[in-house]
Amino acid sequence: MMHARVAYEGAIHEATPAGHASAGHASAGHDDLLLADGRVVAAAAVVWLPPFEAGTVIALGLNYADHAKELAFNAQEEPLVFLKGPGSLLGHRGVTRRPAGVKFMHYECELAVVIGRTARRAARSDALRHVAGYCIANDYAIRDYLENWYRPNLRVKNRDGATVLGPWLVDAADVADPASLSLRTFVNDQLTQQGNTRDLIFDIPFLIEYLSSFMTLAPGDVILTGTPEGVINVMPGDVVACEIDGLGRLINTIAADDEFGR
Amino acid sequence: MRAGAGCFSIPFDVPPYRLSGTVYGALLNHRSALAALGEAVNQPPYNAPPKAPVLYIKPRNTLAACGSAVRIPAGTAELEVGACLSMVIGRTACKVAEARALDYVAGYLILADVSIPHANFHRPSIRFKARDGFCPLGPAVTPSSAVANPDALTIRSYLDGALVQSASTADLIRPAARLLADVTEFMTLVPGDVLALGAAAPAPRVRAGQVLRIEIEGLGSLSNPYTDAEA
Repeated sequence: MMHARVAYEGAIHEATPAGHASAGHASAGHDDLLLADGRVVAAAAVVWLPPFEAGTVIALGLNYADHAKELAFNAQEEPLVFLKGPGSLLGHRGVTRRPAGVKFMHYECELAVVIGRTARRAARSDALRHVAGYCIANDYAIRDYLENWYRPNLRVKNRDGATVLGPWLVDAADVADPASLSLRTFVNDQLTQQGNTRDLIFDIPFLIEYLSSFMTLAPGDVILTGTPEGVINVMPGDVVACEIDGLGRLINTIAADDEFGR
Repeated sequence: MRAGAGCFSIPFDVPPYRLSGTVYGALLNHRSALAALGEAVNQPPYNAPPKAPVLYIKPRNTLAACGSAVRIPAGTAELEVGACLSMVIGRTACKVAEARALDYVAGYLILADVSIPHANFHRPSIRFKARDGFCPLGPAVTPSSAVANPDALTIRSYLDGALVQSASTADLIRPAARLLADVTEFMTLVPGDVLALGAAAPAPRVRAGQVLRIEIEGLGSLSNPYTDAEA
């Protein structure tokens, strides 16, 4: 099952694709959503929120060999992990600000792994039992702000609305093999980034085992597993679409300062 | 604090001082902490002193109450504890002006930023700072109306009753209002978020069997025992 969280007519709803779940709604269109209260609404009529209430947001740097090479990094002994705050999160079809004067702001299409069961010292062999599901993440960075202290610093990676999640949380049971999913990013419909989760340096079971060896992972915690090569600069007005096999297409638009009163 | 997070129940989980569970802190924000690095700030891998605030996040699994035991992981002899004044946000704070920044603070807390000691600040592993229980905070939120000047508070750390560190918030590189202005320039803070102002160096080291108590004038004290992981 695919789950979304949307705002519609004054409330927040869980929604599923109407075409999948609504035998009773024969007239449902391709893009319609079935709300939990039974209403079928057009996707364009809702505001998409991140598809689950996120707890701790954990992100991986340089977890694809090609991207690590792109940024001139050497092989790692330990995953490069950083944390993000809830203010960075944004839903599907949201708008992300690019500050005036920066030279290099780029998207990062990533597979996000959402924890469903508390994990404390989970074994690799057991790790995927702790996963509720998967979604697409687009985790922007502004490289102009990179400094060499506690990298990547929050001004680069923890900006308001610069971590986009969605559109759907897809149940783990519906993702046959999270270790062989293709990722693609399109900027204004041009393919700019491609990769496959089979090329993760540290795979999902390893990451859950590793993280839960020192921190308890709770339901709602999410691991953004890193991005492959192919990150390019984006400008106000650009439409960035991230796709992952079976998880949908996550769309975001870049906006300039003036839209944010700056 | 969010339910079901494996967090401890903390007595200040009441409006208007309910914590959101999001805790940020500034590093190298006390003059003594930056001075301790000396000329190294200009050498690789840093190459320059920090420009923007150096920030970290204490995730919800780290949050702990006054009195709860901090467990020292196997293979680690001692932990480093940064004694910090921290602000509890009372109003949504986005791009606030320094002159008005303290209007957004509901109150203040003592925060113990517990770490496994590490010498390199370039890209340290989060396993040094994000372990379960590594962020005791308390004892309660002291309303800002009871804190005349957050930039003139003495922070004292006592190890088993003996004074081991005394520092003042007057020596912060970015005092409370300046830090809030610089942080909210790019990330919005919401009511209940916590922002720690940074610890002095050298931070006290604590071994299993010891108790560290941090006192801040007017805020009371935060006391936690340290134990072996298996205890």
